[in-house]
Amino acid sequence: MARYIIKRILLAIPVLIGATFLVFTILFFTPSDPARMILGSSATEEAIEAMNEELGINDPFFVRYFNYMKGLVQGDMGRSYRNNSSVSETIAGRLGNTLILASAGMLFAIIIGIPVGILSAVKQYSKIDNATMFITLFLTAVPTFWYALILVIIFALKLHWLPASGMGVGLVPLLKSLILPTITLGSGYAAMIARTTRSSVLEVIRQDYIDTARAKGVSEKTVIWKHMLKNALIPIVTVVGLNFGSLLGGSVLTETIFSWPGVGRYVVDSISYRDTNAVLGSVVTLTILFTIVNLAVDIIYALIDPRIKSQYAVKRRKKHAQSENAV
Amino acid sequence: MGKILEIHDLKVCFHTEDGTVHALNNVDLTLEDGITLGLVGETGAGKTTLAKSIMRLIPSPPGKIENGEIIYDGKNILELSDTDIMSIRGQEISMIFQDPMSSLNPVITVGDQIAEVIQVHNKDLDKKEVFNRACEMLEMVGISADRAFDYPHQFSGGMKQRVVIAMALACNPRILIADEPTTALDVTIQAQVLEMMRELKQKFNTATLLITHDLGVVAQMCEKVAIMYAGEIVESGTVHDIFNNTLHPYTEGLLGAIPKIHLHEKRLQPIEGLMPDPMDMPKGCIFCDRCKYATERCKNEHPQITNVGGEHTVRCFLRQDEKGGEE
Repeated sequence: MARYIIKRILLAIPVLIGATFLVFTILFFTPSDPARMILGSSATEEAIEAMNEELGINDPFFVRYFNYMKGLVQGDMGRSYRNNSSVSETIAGRLGNTLILASAGMLFAIIIGIPVGILSAVKQYSKIDNATMFITLFLTAVPTFWYALILVIIFALKLHWLPASGMGVGLVPLLKSLILPTITLGSGYAAMIARTTRSSVLEVIRQDYIDTARAKGVSEKTVIWKHMLKNALIPIVTVVGLNFGSLLGGSVLTETIFSWPGVGRYVVDSISYRDTNAVLGSVVTLTILFTIVNLAVDIIYALIDPRIKSQYAVKRRKKHAQSENAV
Repeated sequence: MGKILEIHDLKVCFHTEDGTVHALNNVDLTLEDGITLGLVGETGAGKTTLAKSIMRLIPSPPGKIENGEIIYDGKNILELSDTDIMSIRGQEISMIFQDPMSSLNPVITVGDQIAEVIQVHNKDLDKKEVFNRACEMLEMVGISADRAFDYPHQFSGGMKQRVVIAMALACNPRILIADEPTTALDVTIQAQVLEMMRELKQKFNTATLLITHDLGVVAQMCEKVAIMYAGEIVESGTVHDIFNNTLHPYTEGLLGAIPKIHLHEKRLQPIEGLMPDPMDMPKGCIFCDRCKYATERCKNEHPQITNVGGEHTVRCFLRQDEKGGEE
């Protein structure tokens, strides 16, 4: 197991380097003039030239990339062109908020999606199944901004149960302010997880080992939760992992609607100011998070399915091959 | 010897979108204590459906047991509550499925899979005791106990089938249903597994329903035989009756299709034609389209199963007339 994890971690390093290189390159070729932004439109050509020199903008591409990476490894993402604040510090302050929202959204999606998917599969073609499939299709298709506004109108404006926007301070206000963005963010993913779970469980449900388990006299509940779910989990974990990654960066819309102080909103604001350093820092941070989530998914695979783990346990396998030949 | 399982007039249908499949029609079968009954028939004859009906594992919908009764120990299995049937499965009647490759759960260790059946039926035993018993079962089928922590993919086909057998016999059941236990194995492993099954049967005095399409296996393993064709039992009796005093034209065809070692035959003698469409059964004898002795009567009238002396029964007008049997 340790061998598998180490291998996965080592594989994540080139992925990170490649991803940062790609992001850096794209932003390098995006037209922007940070010196003029910092000094204002009345600055002289000489002042701008001096500023460019100071910011290192006149350096060749690879030198700039190298300098950026050197800073990045030390946790320094440069300074915002907009207000000269440290990008790393700003992101660090906002990342927690984004993580809270993304985790809550995904947790909501998992708690709703998996049981609904199982129920739907076990009662295939029943009324419950049809209703579930209709609702999930609806939730996947409905646009976030519309859905969020409807929720705000009902629960904040009409019923006054929950705040319409902002992030509450203290546990109870925080949880209260979290509910609407969580539902907005999680519903679509819940629907997607429900559909994946359904099809994955349906594939497992007809397998011989399910009948074997029933023939042992095991209760239907154990058959579903122990024998079916663990086998059906790989596609579900994949969907959860991939979507958690996109949830981190993709909650921009939700963060904007609910004025949630997360990284997503920071990116959007920075883009409109052409604040290259801030955009670069945010995207790189999200890339790193995405890679970490993928790493976690890979490790969870191995925990679920011994066949995946054993591909890496070379020594053990050899030992078994020998004992098998001996029998 | 006492009758341990009696099946009367069993009728099982599968209701599909394309029509109703008549999988079993008016099946009568008796299993006696400590006896091995061979159930022989070609693919699609309804052997597995019969086995699953006894375990009450017919998936419903689309399957439905329309008629008949299965009497085990004075109780009709078809009328038992779900809890009662669960306590019978695995403990009093257990089943070995056809394909050992797919009948073990790939994500649970074999030790735990064997332990599960013991734990379910012996709730008062603690985990350690249960696991020790599971290891004993493994040893009994010739697998060393330290492999209990391995997963199914680390075993060969023959060893997996041994694990399945260990699982089926773990609670010392009174009836073992073996659904083509050796079909998926190669010939040398087949012989090993059959030999082991025979030894274990003698040791535990388990009544066995051995489903197969291999008459050689029947001759080697069984005391009694029932021949099944298109969802009906067409002939049954002792091994001697069936092999030396063959009555039904279908049985005759089956025996004729075995190559004989003392004759230099270039080609096998197949039974011409195909089984009738189970959605559209002929109204006369189900075998009449392929029978070389068929008369007008066979095409219009459905023969009943008739005793022709001793335990020998047959479902054929021609032979009944010859033997002067009574209905």
